[in-house]
Amino acid sequence: MNKNLDLFLTFMKIGAFTFGGGYAMIPLIQKEVCENKKWLNEKDITDIVAISESTPGPIAINAATFVGYKTSGFLGACLATLGVVLPSFLIISLISLILTRFQSIRAVKYAFMGIRAAVLALILKALWMMFRSVQKKKKTISYVIMGLSLILTAFLRIDAVFVIIGCGLFGLIWSFLNRKEQNNGTD
Amino acid sequence: MALIELFLAFLIIGAFTFGGGYAMIAMIQSEAERHGWLTQEELVDFVALSESTPGPLAVNMATFVGIRTGGILGAIIATLGIVLPSFIIILIIAKCFEKYKKSKAVGGIMSGLKPAVVGMIGAAFISVARTVFFPSGIRLSAFSSASFWLFLGLFAVTTVLAFKKVHPIKIILLSAVIGIGAGYRLNL
Repeated sequence: MNKNLDLFLTFMKIGAFTFGGGYAMIPLIQKEVCENKKWLNEKDITDIVAISESTPGPIAINAATFVGYKTSGFLGACLATLGVVLPSFLIISLISLILTRFQSIRAVKYAFMGIRAAVLALILKALWMMFRSVQKKKKTISYVIMGLSLILTAFLRIDAVFVIIGCGLFGLIWSFLNRKEQNNGTD
Repeated sequence: MALIELFLAFLIIGAFTFGGGYAMIAMIQSEAERHGWLTQEELVDFVALSESTPGPLAVNMATFVGIRTGGILGAIIATLGIVLPSFIIILIIAKCFEKYKKSKAVGGIMSGLKPAVVGMIGAAFISVARTVFFPSGIRLSAFSSASFWLFLGLFAVTTVLAFKKVHPIKIILLSAVIGIGAGYRLNL
């Protein structure tokens, strides 16, 4: 089969069968891309996770673009990305049409009232997981940034984009200053 | 004009979201509030639906918001907006990946971004908690309503299930059933 078409179909399959977002997708990508198709090796997968974490945007898109590009250049990147997006897009469009029609039904309203409490629980879980991964480094400055970004977004209603830019810049400057101090220490 | 706004808003969200779908909630909230696209309740419902359907959370949410505000064309434009920054950035980085990975500047920026993302998910938690427990504002009378205690109980149960690694879809289905049952019983 044509490699580009194969990339498209493989990533469409990955997009159609992963629930819960990017990280859930990594094992499936590994199985399809390394074991079945042998397009990339295991080390590439570790690279993909690292690169997806340190670049903006959905992890799934980052991974699809990266694998597509490594396997078959620009066209491969386009087709893999299109493939991973398409199932979501079609399913959500369909659900959205159905939902508008049934939204006024009482049972549907009640169901969503219940679901909102569950979403709160899922957010709490995500919060805990992210907190743990930052906590491992045990840096006081991390807690300060955490608290600041919480207060700025939740209570002072500062636009999330500015909080991200600010914290990124702060991290950059902080690490630069710290490195200088360390260098001075060794001199 | 509305479509251009939609595209730009999701382009910004795509370019500044780190750390996956949940980190995006605060980001979408800022944009949705500014443009008046969604109520807080709708946003929470979209998160639930995005979790229960396959595919990346971010793409699902973009498609949802897009279709609500601009039909199918809106959905295409919002999805394109959220995908484009990732796509372009990865294409650039793929060529010089080793350099990027070892770059101290990237490491420094990430050391600031990771805790910021935690704070932002915390902010999303607070604002969703407000919608769930105090839909008509934080008042003392909220504590005497049956629905407040119902949702608090449901939140406690689903939290235990989530931490016990029960699949999110099962948790969402269970809470929908309880919501329907309790809704009719209490005549909410």
